[in-house]
Amino acid sequence: MSVTPAEPAVQQQSKPRVERDQVVIRFAGDSGDGMQVAGMQFTNESAIAGNDLSTLPDFPAEIRAPAGTLAGVSGFQVNFASHEIFTPGDDLDALVAMNPAALRMNLGDLKPNGILIVDREQFNELNLRKAGYDSNPLTDGSLAKYQLYPIDITKLTALTLRDTNLPARTVNRCKNFFALGLVSWLFQRPIEPTQKWIASRFQKRPELAEANQRVLQAGYHFGETSELFASSFEVKPARLAPGTYRNITGNSALALGLVVAAHKADRPLFLGSYPITPASDILHELAALKEFDVYTFQAEDEIAGIGAALGAAFGGAIAVTTTSGPGMCLKAETINLAVSVELPLVICDIQRGGPSTGLPTKTEQADLLMALYGRNSESPVVVLAPATPADCFSIALEAVSIAVKYMTPVIILSDGYLANGAEPWRLPNLEELPEIRVEFRTDPTGYYPYLRDPVTFSRPWVIPGTPGLEHRIGGLEKEHVTGNVSYAPVNHEQMVRVRARKIAGIAREIPPTRVQGPSEGDVVVLGWGSTYGPIEAAVRKAQAGGKAVAHVHLRHLNPLPSDLGEVLRRFRKVLVPEMNLGQLVKVIRSEYLVDAVGLNKIQGLPFKEAEILRRIEQMLEG
Amino acid sequence: MSVAGGALKLSRKDFVTDQDVRWCPGCGDYAILAQVQKVMPELGIPRENIVFISGIGCSSRFPYYMNTYGFHSIHGRAPAIASGLKMTRPELSVWVVTGDGDGLSIGGNHLIHILRRNVDVKILLFNNRIYGLTKGQYSPTSEQGKITKSTPYGSADYPFNPIAVALGAQATFVARSIDVEAKHLQETLLRAYHHKGTAFIEILQNCNIFNDGAFAPLTDKETKNDAQLVLEHGKPLVFGKDRNKGIQLRDGKLQVVELDSEVTQEQLLVHDETDIGLAFLLSQLAAPEFPTPVGVFRAVTRPTYEDIVQGQIQEAKKRRPTDLETLLRQGDLWTVS
Ligand code: SF4
Repeated sequence: MSVTPAEPAVQQQSKPRVERDQVVIRFAGDSGDGMQVAGMQFTNESAIAGNDLSTLPDFPAEIRAPAGTLAGVSGFQVNFASHEIFTPGDDLDALVAMNPAALRMNLGDLKPNGILIVDREQFNELNLRKAGYDSNPLTDGSLAKYQLYPIDITKLTALTLRDTNLPARTVNRCKNFFALGLVSWLFQRPIEPTQKWIASRFQKRPELAEANQRVLQAGYHFGETSELFASSFEVKPARLAPGTYRNITGNSALALGLVVAAHKADRPLFLGSYPITPASDILHELAALKEFDVYTFQAEDEIAGIGAALGAAFGGAIAVTTTSGPGMCLKAETINLAVSVELPLVICDIQRGGPSTGLPTKTEQADLLMALYGRNSESPVVVLAPATPADCFSIALEAVSIAVKYMTPVIILSDGYLANGAEPWRLPNLEELPEIRVEFRTDPTGYYPYLRDPVTFSRPWVIPGTPGLEHRIGGLEKEHVTGNVSYAPVNHEQMVRVRARKIAGIAREIPPTRVQGPSEGDVVVLGWGSTYGPIEAAVRKAQAGGKAVAHVHLRHLNPLPSDLGEVLRRFRKVLVPEMNLGQLVKVIRSEYLVDAVGLNKIQGLPFKEAEILRRIEQMLEG
Repeated sequence: MSVAGGALKLSRKDFVTDQDVRWCPGCGDYAILAQVQKVMPELGIPRENIVFISGIGCSSRFPYYMNTYGFHSIHGRAPAIASGLKMTRPELSVWVVTGDGDGLSIGGNHLIHILRRNVDVKILLFNNRIYGLTKGQYSPTSEQGKITKSTPYGSADYPFNPIAVALGAQATFVARSIDVEAKHLQETLLRAYHHKGTAFIEILQNCNIFNDGAFAPLTDKETKNDAQLVLEHGKPLVFGKDRNKGIQLRDGKLQVVELDSEVTQEQLLVHDETDIGLAFLLSQLAAPEFPTPVGVFRAVTRPTYEDIVQGQIQEAKKRRPTDLETLLRQGDLWTVS
């Protein structure tokens, strides 16, 4: 369904509109309050209103925390603007808090004078106690520095639906749409997309569809007609590149990228996986796409997930496994087998906080060194990292194309923030995407399993079923060219070196490093993965202040771009912000002997623009 | 040379590779290799459509000696690799070669799951009740109290019964054979091949270096007829050198009876490969009280995993559009001009 930037639902606006160029809003409530849905629908409405946007869902750590407790608070932050933006935003212009616990957990991020909408009835004694409040913040004056709007969301929802005979519990569950309707009016979002979404979501329960639609509408009208709000706000469409857009999360983009890549390679796609947060959605998404020759295998464990994928690769499929950190530990053995037998395999690590089970629902990027080095012996693999949710699409295509061209495992390091965060995605022209060439050797003349291409050092991919090319592969060291098992000392060194050179040579595929900003100067900020957004935002701010600061972003972590050392040396200082204790910075220092310094945040949350900007300014002074 | 499948004229030699076989002289693996190579031409399928996949261990060297496609993978993981291959390439004949350590210790999880899923893969588990490649530690099928290098005081572990494990995992084909029983092994391999679904064969295999004679009573000419109970579907359970003993079911328990004028063959238990309760009872028979059953314990049909998966894919292709453009254009779209 295609829509062009729509007019607000209610045409007759009596209240004035105040123009803003950017708004950061967060919906927060109990995990049963439907805040993720409200946030996603608000995002969708904003996308259709033509804004650039970026989102940050924040899931509670515990799936079934008791209602009303701090542990059960779920949040969804959206930054939408009339200009290009790179992050979900640092501080909030508006906060919707559906109960005291949500207020307590999120108030610290609300700007002074920010808009604060709360569901007044939920601030009862029991809920206040659960959230650890001694007195009611709505009445004790502690919220004086905010624009506080206590609204009876629960009661108004019930009133809207009083003529239905839905049970009270069901009615209560509609209140997120009241909040969404209200906020949609406040920021002049069109609510039709949400109405449509509700209709399709509750297709089989028309009474629920109608109830939710009515509540949404009621919330919208409440904003318009109640005396509470003097004006609404308007954020004009952003000037995005021409094209057709949709909203997309990183996990969806990765799943779609894999399907398109397999299609471009004209091979079936095989995903072997074991459910794990925050990677499972890729499995869910691909499992529903069987019509595209997609095989999904929910294995008995992480090891079998990647094992089955490697078996499928042996048979000629585009083979993928998806996981997060704990699963990566278990997959190391099979990744190494793939290194040894030189079969193409894509491993998607959607990183989360660790070590061990760590913070399943929170983001981190501390698996870099494991991806690079975390296997026994010399085990070079390609490591790529997407920069933004939409970039996950192109990284999937690139990973598949490198894997099959070089007969190698490729690790994609996404993370929880990219996986669940969303942004507008300009739909690619499928025709213009490069083909992925897969060639199975069928000619027996002069064939050896480890006869290498003189340029890529890649070995031929021969799949079972090919007459005359029966051969055996395995994890034992093999003789150069023939592939026969060999324990010869010199042969082993030769094979170790050739495997390393094969991967190092992939640097030829990497375009020259793009420097955003001056090509030389005081500070270059070097990042990888999901820190792209906050770094770009901070660097642009610094540049706007006339500073000689540049941003270099790495999508290729192994091999690194061949010009990187030279690019970095043109700056006086190198700053490497990472959501870990300093992993890329170690690699950079040892590769290039540059005195790079780290900026490290390990809180399960992405960097704020201001945090990086502050460090840049310090470095400029120092 | 027997030839099946019409035009294909393959012989045992066609399945022999140029690699030197590196098992210890006298190892039971040689005999198994010989039988497998002998049976392959009878399958009537071209060599290139056959794949042998193994894990790690003495037995897992097997693929190197089979002139087919082969994958010597990592310890215990062969069933997982085989599953991925068979799902996507159902036309291939996929065989897994594993051992008691590889299949029941480190790879136990993968083994039970491939069995329950019923992926059409043939699994040959060489059970020598010892770790050979790592030089003589006890295995998960070693008898309790076994003295080895790693258990100088005797192992405290109670052993797995591989047949019972396979039955417990709802395997659709479960059999046992013996390395040196050439004919029986060949027949069992052929039946496994023709079974549609996962076929599990426990092959008792002598490791003459670290556990010599583990199955001696079953293989010595003198004792074997009394020690083996050959299972044949629809036939009474008779055994013994003079075929004068049998198995009866009395009060829910299996018992050895002498055949004489009072007890006739008609009163013996008749083997039924489709009866899982019987299969489980039989799996519990062991020396010294009972003969050891060899043959097919269970053979039933159930849709294979890959058939179900392939069916879903074909069905989805019929029912849903398969153009990528539509796929990408999901959800709400908007245009910027
Ligand atoms: S150690 Fe035992 S099982 Fe291994 S090859 Fe030697 S005899 Fe055979």
